[in-house]
Amino acid sequence: MTRLAPTPGQTVGPFFHYALPYPGDADLVLAGAPGAVRLHGTVRDGAGAGVPDALLELWQADPAGTVVQRAGSLHRDGWTFTGFGRCATDRTGRYSFTTLTPGAVGDGLPFFAVTVFARGLLHRLSTRAYLPLADGATDALLTAAGARAGTLVAAAEADGYRFDVHLQGPEETVFLQAPGETPS
Amino acid sequence: MAGTMRALESQAELSAEIEDTAAKWATAREPEFQPRRDYPPYRSTLLRHPTKDLFQVDPEGVELFAPAFGQRDVDPLEADLTIQRGGEPLGERMVVTGRVLDGDGRPVRHQLVEVWQANAGGRYIHQRDQHPAPLDPNFTGMGRMLTDADGVYRFTTVKPGPYPWKNHHNAWRPAHIHFSLFGTDFTQRLVTQMYFPGDPLFALDPIYQSIVDPAARERLVATYDHDVTTHEWATGYRWDIVLTGAHRTPTETEEDDR
Repeated sequence: MTRLAPTPGQTVGPFFHYALPYPGDADLVLAGAPGAVRLHGTVRDGAGAGVPDALLELWQADPAGTVVQRAGSLHRDGWTFTGFGRCATDRTGRYSFTTLTPGAVGDGLPFFAVTVFARGLLHRLSTRAYLPLADGATDALLTAAGARAGTLVAAAEADGYRFDVHLQGPEETVFLQAPGETPS
Repeated sequence: MAGTMRALESQAELSAEIEDTAAKWATAREPEFQPRRDYPPYRSTLLRHPTKDLFQVDPEGVELFAPAFGQRDVDPLEADLTIQRGGEPLGERMVVTGRVLDGDGRPVRHQLVEVWQANAGGRYIHQRDQHPAPLDPNFTGMGRMLTDADGVYRFTTVKPGPYPWKNHHNAWRPAHIHFSLFGTDFTQRLVTQMYFPGDPLFALDPIYQSIVDPAARERLVATYDHDVTTHEWATGYRWDIVLTGAHRTPTETEEDDR
């Protein structure tokens, strides 16, 4: 089958705040709910400054490793875990989600799928925030990332996980593209 | 280069940079699908584009699925941006419609589409928009809708105006509507902008020109469609959106819980 050429992306721009964020967007579960954890961090530019006009999206399996296909992300009822969240960074570039720890889907390692949008970023960036790795645990991406694999792994904290995103710089995050995103 | 104290360049200087990149592309004409994230004429990219190649990976696990949205998430009235404030917004009323398809031409069914835009005067209802054009008390400029079983979206709005920005001296964005789209897997996630045919600002705009392959950037331009235009009511534009190819074939049963 002939593949259709994709519609290009464009920057989310500086004026998305009244359109994309919504009440409860970053709270996949309520803080204090059984199993609730925090996934938070800072988005930094090539000078190390926090990016105050970025938007992160989170997409993840539930703790059992099930990929949830339930509506309700835009109007959360407090009981339905949808696996999707969205968080605009604050003036210092910080974001914070309240969520559940994702389980492994199939044989894979458990990770949060993360998409980054920002003013000055002409097309979205995709990455993974793996849960802290057991000794020796790896997969094809982490192996390929080599010395940069650490940028893909969230750090354990008392109340959850920390995952910083570096758009540039010595700790530049490993960003991903799927087959077909570029002309073959 | 990263300093903020630099005097703003003229449009002529900026355009020379745009044309230089375009000329280099034209020597080989290698097809490109996407904007270059490293595109210096759009000054804000300087510290915000990755400097290393992206890793090509086959999507796995949760990446092979997209979030599900449904009737719980979107009120059908959110697809009419002209009725949100109790009065009629100023400007050229118009309907925008089209289909959301995956790379194999399959419709993306019952999926979320979000749009936002400036008003007819080129002003966003955003605290950081300092353009001294009037706000319209009858227009917020944001809407949501779900595609139907054929992947069709449709909304009513007013035509946005062009507006100035601070990239360089006398910088103006062509009129556009921002779109946010989901596919059937998360790697298809897309945020983009739809433009209007024949905009005189196209050649001058580094955001539009960051897609250096002309065939690709023209995919962002809607078509005026008189069959969408309605008698004594609204003009009509058509714009189809193709997401990058799905990596998993959706099944009918996935539609059950929407």
